[in-house]
This record gives sequence, structure tokens and C-alpha cells, in this order.
Amino acid sequence: MTRPAPAPDARDSDRTLLAGALAETWKTPSGFWGALATVDHKIIGRRYIFTAFVFLALGGVLAALMRIQLAQPEARLLGPDRYNQIFTMHGANMMFLFAVPVMEAVAVYLVPLMVGTRNIAFPRLNAFSYWIYLAGGALLWTAFALDMGPDVGWFAYVPLSGPQYGTGKRADIWAQMITFTEISALAVAVELVVTIFKQRAPGMTLDRIPVFVWAMLVTSFLVIMAMPAIVLASTSLILDRLVGTHFYNPAEGGDVLLWQHLFWFFGHPEVYIIFLPAAGMVSTMIEPFARRPAFGYLGLVMALIATGILAFGLWVHHMFVAGLPRLGDSFFTASSMAIAIPAGIQVFCWLATLWDGTPVFKTPLLFIVGFIVTFVIGGLNGVMVASVPFDTQVHDTYFVVAHFHYVLIGGAVFPLLGAIHYWFPKLTGRTMSETLGQWSFWLVFVGFNATFFPMHILGLEGMPRRIYTYQPDLPWHGLNLFVSFSAVILTAGFLLFFVNAIRSARFGEIAPDNPWDAPTLEWATTSPPPSYNFAMIPIVGSLRPLWDDRDTLPIADGLRTDRRELIVTTLATAEPQAREASPQNSIWPLWAAIATTIMLIWSIFSPWAVVWGSIPVAFALIGWFWPKGTPEDGS
Amino acid sequence: MREKIVLDLGKLPLHGMGTASITWWGTLAFMLIEGTGFALAIAVYLYLMSLATAWPINAPPPDLLPGTLVTLILLASLVPNILLSRWAEQQDLRKVRIGMVIMSILGTLPLIVRVFEFPALKVSWDSNAYGSVVWTLLGLHTTHIITDLVDTLVLAALMFTRHGRSARRFGDVQDNVMYWNFVVATWLPLYGCIYWLARL
Repeated sequence: MTRPAPAPDARDSDRTLLAGALAETWKTPSGFWGALATVDHKIIGRRYIFTAFVFLALGGVLAALMRIQLAQPEARLLGPDRYNQIFTMHGANMMFLFAVPVMEAVAVYLVPLMVGTRNIAFPRLNAFSYWIYLAGGALLWTAFALDMGPDVGWFAYVPLSGPQYGTGKRADIWAQMITFTEISALAVAVELVVTIFKQRAPGMTLDRIPVFVWAMLVTSFLVIMAMPAIVLASTSLILDRLVGTHFYNPAEGGDVLLWQHLFWFFGHPEVYIIFLPAAGMVSTMIEPFARRPAFGYLGLVMALIATGILAFGLWVHHMFVAGLPRLGDSFFTASSMAIAIPAGIQVFCWLATLWDGTPVFKTPLLFIVGFIVTFVIGGLNGVMVASVPFDTQVHDTYFVVAHFHYVLIGGAVFPLLGAIHYWFPKLTGRTMSETLGQWSFWLVFVGFNATFFPMHILGLEGMPRRIYTYQPDLPWHGLNLFVSFSAVILTAGFLLFFVNAIRSARFGEIAPDNPWDAPTLEWATTSPPPSYNFAMIPIVGSLRPLWDDRDTLPIADGLRTDRRELIVTTLATAEPQAREASPQNSIWPLWAAIATTIMLIWSIFSPWAVVWGSIPVAFALIGWFWPKGTPEDGS
Repeated sequence: MREKIVLDLGKLPLHGMGTASITWWGTLAFMLIEGTGFALAIAVYLYLMSLATAWPINAPPPDLLPGTLVTLILLASLVPNILLSRWAEQQDLRKVRIGMVIMSILGTLPLIVRVFEFPALKVSWDSNAYGSVVWTLLGLHTTHIITDLVDTLVLAALMFTRHGRSARRFGDVQDNVMYWNFVVATWLPLYGCIYWLARL
């Protein structure tokens, strides 16, 4: 149903009036309730990023404790039980509460700006997802503080985590923390897919989408296809533990390897859920610092998609020592090695971009170069462990610990730190200190390699992972001491990064709209952007709209200012289809999240929680969706 | 940077229907999540079946009657459901109200029969892995029906209020129709799995 747009509308020639009207319509009221009820993707994105970095710091403290314990043989700082909890917490925290959420968090902030829209699709779901994530993190860390922290490893293999050996509620805490983080990750994935499919600025055809946005699209599909596996796994584990089902009990027709299949069917794509956003960040950040367009746009995008597809054909390489049929092992060796092809394509595109460009070695580019070096090392030893005979030797040793820290920290955290430096002006309106940034890069880069490279050798020398101590007569002492000292350098680098970020957020230099002279749309608005992102929706004519014409930005007129309105465009060619309303702030997502949290935690203790606990959830959802007669509900 | 107005969006509709609707795509994405979940649950069934020396484990195959009855009700419900979608497209509020009431009833009926379906499995969830997986499959789908039924009931109530006469609501009805079609479509492989694979 169309009807003429009532006055006042966006055809108002006075920009100040327009900005004032938009600010009123899109505002987040100040004060406590305003903060709880906001659905602004930028505020929620910043919250998400901040929270994820708090979890990074907490996980870092656990890592430091492990390194102090292992610095010398027969250390007595941590007992075996505490150590089990600490390495499990470290892994689970870093994977589920830091790595995946932080990548989605950056996307929650950036994707709507990069595609030129005013808010993320389903902004209330976005608010809900943050509260659920926060509750999941609080559950895990509260349990740890109460000596109830999970102690079964971050992949919680049965039978260790099953009812027979995993007594108490520690494994349930792990499984339910999974449920929280998966709900939030799936919610964000849906929001991102729909934002990228339907809310792109007019003219942003598929081949004009920034590579980071492509990366988040592929990642979101990975989340959607992979995460149901872990939800099924963790739910069936809780059922085995709570109501006596037998999924993982071989005595009654169950199977322990079923757990490994389900876990790694999720767990391997998980690696790419973390890596692909980082690769997208690199492809996007490299342009302003190489001072030229990224080489091979099509190759970069195709590599992302190919990695996304191959990601589902690799999970068995985590199970090479589980005694599966040989033919299966060979297939998964081949597919594991095949993933090196799209990874290689991207690396060569980045190198070509730098080779042909005039690189400006600011902190973000330093992290990019550090990433390429470290990730290639991690990739090469990945090709080594893809081989069954080699993997059989080093399985469950420090070689594997070294490998996955190379690909995860080198492959994802380095680009992320670069990205924080790069997008900090857009996030806060201030620039991070370049001097401190360079110092933190070198400390992190040197500290990281000195910490994790020797672990390859420790692994080859037979040091198993997850041991809380070792005897003095074993040949591991010297290297372990070296690793622990190097970890001090790494920690110093991270501390400096945190100091830089906190200081710059308050006292940093005021940033202009586009401090790096970058080509993508997020730099077309102010730093930080207003609540409505763009007063008028930009029109996109190429892949690098801000480099096409450095003086003029083509824009569209005609959106209403008395309701939250954005543009829906067609999937492939981004032609405008409708002016759609975007939901107003609401406190209901918070109530829904609290009701869901009560139900999920209660269900660790009683199956009836699902029945009685779902009633408040249903009421909260009805409150959430029931129309309030606002202009946004009109059509 | 100077801005140049090159396009006027003022003539676009205030709400998109069908593929121009954001909720339509969101519903599709949630269907993909749930579809993946169901496919994996079936994979677990097949995996456990492939390991067992005899299937079902220590139990007769489930009784066909309640499950088949649910299947027939679900299939029959597709007719008014698709009609409802057409009425919503025509924005015919009176017919949509009738359709929503019919679909509320047709959403409740399979749940009533479902009460008899669980005992007809003839195995308990804690007897063995076979029992665990069939109870889980049936439980998942029951949750699926309940979720959509609650959505249908709330939407039906909404259609009788002043909020009903709105393109946005008619779009909601169409999305609800699509989701119910999905609830029926996911049941068919589950039905085949629970009732007929156990008879192979």
C-alpha cells in the first residue's frame, strides 16, 4: 500500500532541519533504561566488541597462569583439577566468548555502514543476541569462580564429559554455555545475511560489495549450517546426563565417536568462521595502505566462497587417530590439503597488492604483514598435520597447540588488532596512538613467535598437551622456560594495546570522517556516525565509491523523517524496492533474554524447566512483537 | 564531501511484500537453520542405525496409526494454508480472519494426536540409543509445531484487533503460512525415518 509521504519529509532542503528530525527519530534516550532498550547497531556493536575483549583479557590471564605453572618442572602453583578447569576455560572462553563473537561484533558495527544502510536487519534480535551472549559468558565465569568450571577440554569428548565420568554439573555448564553462544551467533548470522542481501545501498550490485562484507556473508552461512551440529551435540549430551538417554553410551547402542563427528562437523567450519572475517578485514584494510585497489577482487571473493564450501569436508582430520576407515582418512587428507589453494590465492592477491602499491607502514599494515607471515607458517604446519602418518605422531602434543595458535592468533587476532586500529576512528571519533600501536605490534609479533614456535619442537619431543606438570628428567625444561618468558613479551604487547585503546578513546586525536582516505562507504559519514548513519542514502556506482569521485557523493532523497525508515533493494542488482520501517528501541529483547537465561540455566538441573520456563519466554516474545501503534508499524 | 541528489525514493511503497520483505528473508534464514538441525538429527538416526546389529534395538517398530494420522492432518492443512496465503495477498481481512482461525484449529489437532504418538513408539527414551533418537526426532518436531501454533494463535488474535488491517500484518500472515508449509515439509522425512526405516 502506497500513500504519499507526509510532511515533514526528507525533501526538506535544510540539512540542519533534516539532521535534527532524523536525530530525534533515531535517538537512543540517555540514561539507564535508554541504554538497556537501544537497538542501534553501533551501540550494540561497540558493546559486543568491548565485552569480547574483556573475555580476551580474562582468557589471557588463564593462559598466563598456565605458562607460570609450566615454566619449571613439578611446579605447585596449580593442582591438576584447577589446571583442567583452566585449560578448558581458556579454550572455551577464547573460541566461544571471544573469537566468534568478536568477529560478528565488528560486523554488527561495520556491515550496515559499509552497505550504506541505517540499521542492521532485525535490530531487536541484535539486542537480544547481545544479552544472551553476555549471560552465557557470565554463566561460564561465575561457574568457574564457584569451582564449577568445566574441566573436560574445550571439545568435551565423551565419555569423559558423559554421565559416568563427568560427575557434578561442570560439563553441563560447558554444554549450556554453548547453547547461549550459539543462539547469539545464529541470531547475528541471520541479521547479517538479510542486511547484506536486502539492505544494500542502491547500485551496490553483487560485484560492488566490499570484500569484508562478502566475508561476513560467507561466514554467516557457515554459522547457519555448522552451528546446528553443536547445538544438537550439546543438547544430546545434556539429555544423556539429565534424563538418561543413551546417545553416547555404547552399552545401549550409542557411540562415543558420534560425539566427535557432531562436534567437528561444527568445529572445523568454526575455524573458518573465525578466519574468513579476518581475511575479509585484510582485503579491505590493505587498499588504503597499499594506496591501490586490492588485486584480484573476483579471486578474493571466490576464495572466500570456496573455503566456506570446503570447510564442511574437513572435519574428520581432527579424528585421524580415532581408527576410522583408511579410505575416509585419505579423502580428508586430500580435502584438508585442498583448502591450501583458496588460502594461497588470497595470500598471493595480498602480496600482489602490496608489490604493486606504495605501502604506507602504519600499524594496521604492520599487523597485516605480521598476519601474512604468521598465517603462512600456520598454514604450512597445517599441511603437515593433514598427513595421517605425521598427525598420528604429533596428535595431542604441543605441535598441535603451536599449529592452532599460529592459525588462530596469526590468522585472526593479528588482523583483528589491525582492524581495531583501522576502524577505531569510526568507532570512537578518535585515532589510536601510532607510536604505541607500532610498539604493541612488535611486542605482540615477536612475543607470539617466540612463545609458540618452540612449541612445535616441544611437540616433536613428545610433550603432550593438557598436562599440568612434568618431571625434571624430561628434556622439556629449557624450552618451556623460554616459552614462558616469551609469553611475558606477548602479554606486554597486549597490555600496551589495551592501554592505547583505553587512552585513545578518551584523549586520542579527534578523527576526521575519512582519516585513511579509504574507499568504502563507512568513511562517507562522520566519525563516529550519527544514530541514523546516513542523512541521505548513498548511491553506489563502483566497488570503491569514495575513490571514484573524491569531491561528490551521489545520494538519494525521499525518505521520511518521522519514522525510522531505510531502503530495501533487490538481491543481485540492488535496485530500490521499498522504503521499509526499522523497529524502534524496545526493552522487550532484554526481558526475553532474561527469561531465556532463566530457562536455560534451570534446565541444567531439571527437564521441566523447558516446559515451565518457556512460558515467560513466550510472553516476552509476544510483548516484543505486539504492535505498539508507532509510525514504524504503518504501511 | 559534497552531496548530489540523483535519485528520489519518495514514491516507493512504505512496506515490501514477498521477496521485498525483510521478515520474509529472515523466516527463510531461520528455516535454513532448523532444516539443517533436522537433517543432522536424521543423520544421527542413520548413523546409530548403521552401527546396530538389529534395528530397532530391543523394540518392535512403532505403531503406524497415530503417526500416519498426524501426517494426513498435516497434509490436509496445506489446502487452507495455501488459500490463506492467497487471501493475505489480496488483503481480504474477513477471509484472512477465517483462515487464521482454521489454521489455529489445524495446528492444534496434530498436537492432540501427537499425545498418542509418543506411546506408539513402543520404546522409552532411556531404554537404548534407538529410543533416545526417535524420542528426540519426535520431540524436535513437536516443538516445531508448538512454536508455530503459538505464533499462529497470537497472529490470529492480532488480526481481530485494529492492528489487523495493515499490509504489514498481511505480510506476517504470508510468512506464517510459509513457515507452516515448512513444518509440514520437515515432517515427511521424519515420518519416513521414524515409521518406515524401522520396518526395513
